[in-house]
Formats: sequence, structure tokens, C-alpha cells
Amino acid sequence: MLFALPVLLVFVVFSWGPIVKGLVMSLQQTNLIDPVKWVGLENFRYVLSDPGVGQAALNTVWFTLLALLFGFPVPVLLAMFLSELRGKSWLYSALAYLPVITPPVVAILLWRFFYDPSPSGMFNTILGTVGLGPYPWLDSPSSAMPSIVLEATWAGAGNAVIIYLAALTSVRADLYEAAELDGAGVVRRVWHVMLPHLRGVLLLMLLLQVIGTMQLFTEPLLFTGGGPQGSTMTILLLIYNYAFVNGDYGAATALSVLLALVLAVLSAVFQFATRGWSTE
Amino acid sequence: MSERGALSDADRRLTKVRVPFVIGQVVVLIGLLVAGLGPLLWLLKAAISPTQDSIRSPLAWFPSGQVQWGNLSTAWQQAHIGYYLGNTAMIAAGTAIASLIVCTTAGYVLSVLRPRWGALLSAGILATLFVPHIVSLVPLYLTVLKVPVVHANLTNTFWAVWLPPAASAFNVLIVKRFFDGIPREYFEAARIDGAGTVRVFTSLVLPLSRPILGVVALLSIISSWKDYLWPLLVLTNPDLQPVSVALPKIAKVTELNIQLAGLFLALLIPVLLFLVFQRAFLRGVGLSGGIKA
Repeated sequence: MLFALPVLLVFVVFSWGPIVKGLVMSLQQTNLIDPVKWVGLENFRYVLSDPGVGQAALNTVWFTLLALLFGFPVPVLLAMFLSELRGKSWLYSALAYLPVITPPVVAILLWRFFYDPSPSGMFNTILGTVGLGPYPWLDSPSSAMPSIVLEATWAGAGNAVIIYLAALTSVRADLYEAAELDGAGVVRRVWHVMLPHLRGVLLLMLLLQVIGTMQLFTEPLLFTGGGPQGSTMTILLLIYNYAFVNGDYGAATALSVLLALVLAVLSAVFQFATRGWSTE
Repeated sequence: MSERGALSDADRRLTKVRVPFVIGQVVVLIGLLVAGLGPLLWLLKAAISPTQDSIRSPLAWFPSGQVQWGNLSTAWQQAHIGYYLGNTAMIAAGTAIASLIVCTTAGYVLSVLRPRWGALLSAGILATLFVPHIVSLVPLYLTVLKVPVVHANLTNTFWAVWLPPAASAFNVLIVKRFFDGIPREYFEAARIDGAGTVRVFTSLVLPLSRPILGVVALLSIISSWKDYLWPLLVLTNPDLQPVSVALPKIAKVTELNIQLAGLFLALLIPVLLFLVFQRAFLRGVGLSGGIKA
């Protein structure tokens, strides 16, 4: 069974192994130099008593909520609109997908320049023409996180548009025709045929978006480094600091396990709550 | 039977539908042009502008009248963007090859050979889709630092960025699903003609699955091109770092016009790849929605 060798090797070493190791390490004290010590739940106790974790958890939830508010409806509406365009929709999808192609580091460095808080910064210039601003963007604790959300939404929306669009192309034409014959107007056809068809994908994308946004890392690291005043410190950034700045791998894995548990519980509750709504 | 959406042909001829629909198209098109193409075009302009132009009046058309084409070659040579892009290309190519080897052989085992323990392997791979990546970030780093059994340190070698992404359940699943669609009669016919397991794989399965292999290769190239955190952790030697890791460091020590020229160069190749392989891309992303659903 030579053919199974690559997949087995790669998954054992780089997937299954690390997952198990992560669970084990969260119960150990290890800094790669001293011998490994079993400490039970000590890492969890340490992490939960760190005031930074509470702050980071709040920031992460705040980001997730903002990202849902801005980032969830736009791609849905856009995809529904594009699905009516027939031949021309490829141009629109290609344009919507360009930000997704942009490497995050390039996008973040570019947007950091756009967010220049001086009156001659890119966004402040644009808003200045209609008499708004200048705004501090990333420099103020209250607007730093929303600024990051704006960039992340721009960067991620195109992906969701394409996925919804693919789901919408599978709506059977006779459903619309039947609705039309029954006297349903355009609005009711969208509401009663198009949206119900998307329901399964929508619920799934909602869950995936929450799971994805809870693991926000690159944006706060490169935009603000967690500041100003810790307002953009996220759980993942904290894990990174624990492990690769402080060298406390036990605390880092304990916090990772906690985050993963939260995500798992969230998915389970979500699946349970929406069990009856699924289309298929 | 023509394909149709919520709007029927009759609707499209009605003025009260057509006018808002056309206006809507124009508005959405302008919005997408500004959001999708705008930053790109601006970056192109800024890449060949003097620093002061970009800082003082970012929206003006070359206010000082100067066009600095030299920024691009300065960024390429003195800021070593060309060198780092070479690293990125090496990393992306190796990642794609590793992913292809793993997912085609795995797909072949799970879909065609179907050993008794296939279901177990399949479940094990599927399960990793449900474990958030974050659990394994730190232990994966420690694994690469000292690979179990062989005790090799992979950091500061390209193996550290080539191999871990190959453990992708998603790739294995879409390839397996594609192999499932190949008619079983082909395999039987090949076997009757005397082809062995290896021969069926190399001269039947692989040639038939070119489209899906293209999708896997493209998606893994783009995702390794975009990656930042992992190469930052495992490639600490600047000589090996990809452009994504190098750019933030360059941004700290270089003048703005050279920085922006560097950003432009780093963006150019993914955008060109996308424009050339647009169809395959959008199909691949659509597929990923289908798998997840």
C-alpha cells in the first residue's frame, strides 16, 4: 500500500500529531530548555487569571460582531444581484475577487498608508471633500478595531460572493417560473425562492465566518501590534505573544485549547439551534 | 429552455424593472471598480510617484509632474524584492507539488483502491476539518523544530513551509470526489488489458483528472503566496524569507516611494495569475463552497 504512504506520513506528522501534542502540552510546563513537567490544569488557571485574556476575549468578540454586521450581508446581496446578470457576471465576480487575490501583507501595508490620520491621508482626503474628518483611524482606541474590520471585510467579501453565486446557479428555473405563474412579483420571488435556496450555504458561511474571525491575527499584528492601549489585542495575538515572545508554550497551548473549545461549543450549539432550518 | 433567475424575460422588458435594474448595474459596477481595481491602480500610480506626491496629495494626478519609473528597479534590486519574490515562487511551487502528491495518491487509495481501512483513514482526514487550526499552531512549530523519530530540525529549510500545508483535508476530499466520478468500467478495462495499480494511476487516473489538479495547484499556490504567520515563524533566515515576510521589514527602513513600488511588484504576479486562470479560480472557490455545504 505504497500509495497511502504520503498521506499517512504528512497527516501523522503535521496534522494528527500536533493536535494531540497540543492537548498534551496544555497540561505541561515546557520552555524547551528545562525538562517537561506535568502541571495538571495549572496553565489554564494561569491563563484565566491573566487580565489580558479577558480584554483580548472582549476585543475578539467585538471584532467578530462588527465583522458579521458589515461583512455578512454585503456579499449575499451582491451575489443575489450578480446572479441576475447573465453573461456579464464574470466581470463583476472578477472585480469582487481581486481583493481576495491580494496578499494580506500587501493589503495591510497599503491600507495602513490609506489610514494615515493626517488631513492629507488617503481616506481623510476623500472624506474631506464632503466635509468629514479628519479621523484618527488606527490611532485611536475606539476606531482602531472598526478600521481593521473595514479592511478585513474588503479583503474577504469576494470569496463569499463567489460561493453564494455558485449556490445560486443551482436554483432550478422552473421554481421561478412556477412562482411567477402563481402571481409572485420579483420581490416575493427573491424572498420565497432565492433566499430559501441559499439558507443552507448562508448558515454554514455564518458559522465559518465566526470561526475565521475569532482567529484574527495578521491584521492586528501588522496594523497596530495590538494597540493603541491594547484595543486591538486579540486572542490569537496573545497566544503568539505567550509562545514566541515569552516562550511559555504551556500557557500558549492552554489558551489555544480554550479557544478551540469555545469554537467547538459554538458550532455545536449553532448546529443544534439551526437543525430544523436546513434545506436539504 | 433558457436559464433564468428571479427576473423573467418579460420582467426585463418592463420599464419599472428595467430602469432600476440598469441603474443598479451601473452603481454596483462603479462600486466594484473603485473597491476592487481602485487600490490596484492607485498603487501602480504611487509606485512611480515621488514620495512627497503620495503623502501630500494622494489623489492628485502626478502633482509635481515627475514620473519616477526608477522606483520599480530600485525596489527590485536594492530592496531585493526580486530576490524575495524568487523565494516566494520556490515556496509556492514546492507547496503545490507536495499537495498534489499527497492528495492524488490519497484520493487514489480512498476512491479507487478502497482498502478495508479506507473508511478509517477517510474519517481521520475528515475529522481534521473540524479542528480549528489554532490548536496545532504552537505544537506544529515545535514539531518542525524537531521532527519526531528522525529528530531533524526543519526550520530555515523550505521543507518547513512545503510539507505542513500538504496535510490538507480539503484538497484530499475534492480530489477524492473527482476520482469518484470516473466510471469504474475504465479501471476494469485497464486491468483486463494488464495494467497494474501503478499503471492505472499514472496513465489513466492522472490524465483524466487534469482539471481538478489544476484547481488544487492554483489554490495551494495562492494560499502559500498569501501566507505570513507560518513562514515568519519557521524561516528566520532572511535569505530564505518570502516577500510577505520581507515587506513589513522593508517598510520600516525604506523610503515610501520604494516601499509602494515593492508592494506593487509583490501584488503584480498574483493578479496576473488570477487574470490568466480566472475561470479555474472561480470554479475552485465555488467548489469549496460545495464541499463545505
